[in-house]
Amino acid sequence: MSEIPALARVFSYLSLLTVGGGMAAFPELQDQAVHVHGWLTDKQLIHLYSVGQLAPGPNMMMIVAIGQWAGGLAGALVVLAAFFGPTAVLAYGVAAVWKRLESWPWRTSIQKGLAPVSIGLLLAGGLTMAKGAVTGTLTATVATVVLIILLRFKVNPALLVIGGGAFGFLVMQ
Amino acid sequence: MSDAAVPPAAAPVPVTLLRIFIEFLIIGGTSFGGVVPYLRGGLVTRTGWLDDREFVEMLSICQSLPGLNATNMAVLVGQKLRGPLGALVAIVAMCLPGALLMYIVGIFYRQHGDHAAVTGALKGVAAAAVGLILSTVVQLGKKSLDSSADFIFVVVTVVAVMGFHVSVPVALLGVGAAAILWHRPKAPTP
Repeated sequence: MSEIPALARVFSYLSLLTVGGGMAAFPELQDQAVHVHGWLTDKQLIHLYSVGQLAPGPNMMMIVAIGQWAGGLAGALVVLAAFFGPTAVLAYGVAAVWKRLESWPWRTSIQKGLAPVSIGLLLAGGLTMAKGAVTGTLTATVATVVLIILLRFKVNPALLVIGGGAFGFLVMQ
Repeated sequence: MSDAAVPPAAAPVPVTLLRIFIEFLIIGGTSFGGVVPYLRGGLVTRTGWLDDREFVEMLSICQSLPGLNATNMAVLVGQKLRGPLGALVAIVAMCLPGALLMYIVGIFYRQHGDHAAVTGALKGVAAAAVGLILSTVVQLGKKSLDSSADFIFVVVTVVAVMGFHVSVPVALLGVGAAAILWHRPKAPTP
């Protein structure tokens, strides 16, 4: 019962949804990985995504853990190739053309039009996650404090995520 | 003084694949809390592979394409320096440290994820991550939403995905097309 083909299919599909960032694909990731294929639970997905914010590099590396659970080392490698391959090829092909289209008036229209949609997708991803992660007064407080600090001060977000973890370790057990 | 060796400013010294690998490995291994400042530090300040204008332009291309900024930038810069092999080396190096780390974390979490102490910490981490996502929404919104129509497009996207369970690609194509048409070029070009 190899999950490898399903992993390849799902993650190459998710790859193409990441307009404006990985979070745009989060609602579909949840649907496919949790509800359709049962590779992990809602709670595990939220935990992995959040811990993934502490890892350096592209901020969706938690997909490696999903691949590893579902298909071992091969699963992890397939997920990586499926998630980053399609968009890499697209970027490689489109960038040169896109640069030459600098004076094409629709180029600005596309950039301006995609901006609000990608922000909407990011927000939808964030709210999908909030449904599972913000479950009471304490978690709501942590989320709000982090939001306010990040909007007012220039702090490395990873430090605040660690701070949230330390707070949870101390008071949310 | 003699006109001694002043190297021409734009001497096209080819960058080796090893240099590309090492530079992106450093960026991929140190970029805690968001990759953009580290990309700028590595590609503009440390190596001088891009100037600031090029960097901003490449980043804006990355943001209009699907894919994460980190990996799309790796592809574009690798491509600029050494063609297809450069792009491949750059993206692999960019992903390697985080992927290794999450591979190990995944195994550890599966074995110990339900210990009370770990669960407590994870609850806090997840709540903080929600705050982080929302702050990104606000910051991006301030930068790139400039009309009430844009806010409507944001709301329609959120309601479609969250409220009506419209799948992300449908929302992307539907609302995206509407928003692009709304921002269509004003005057016909000669």
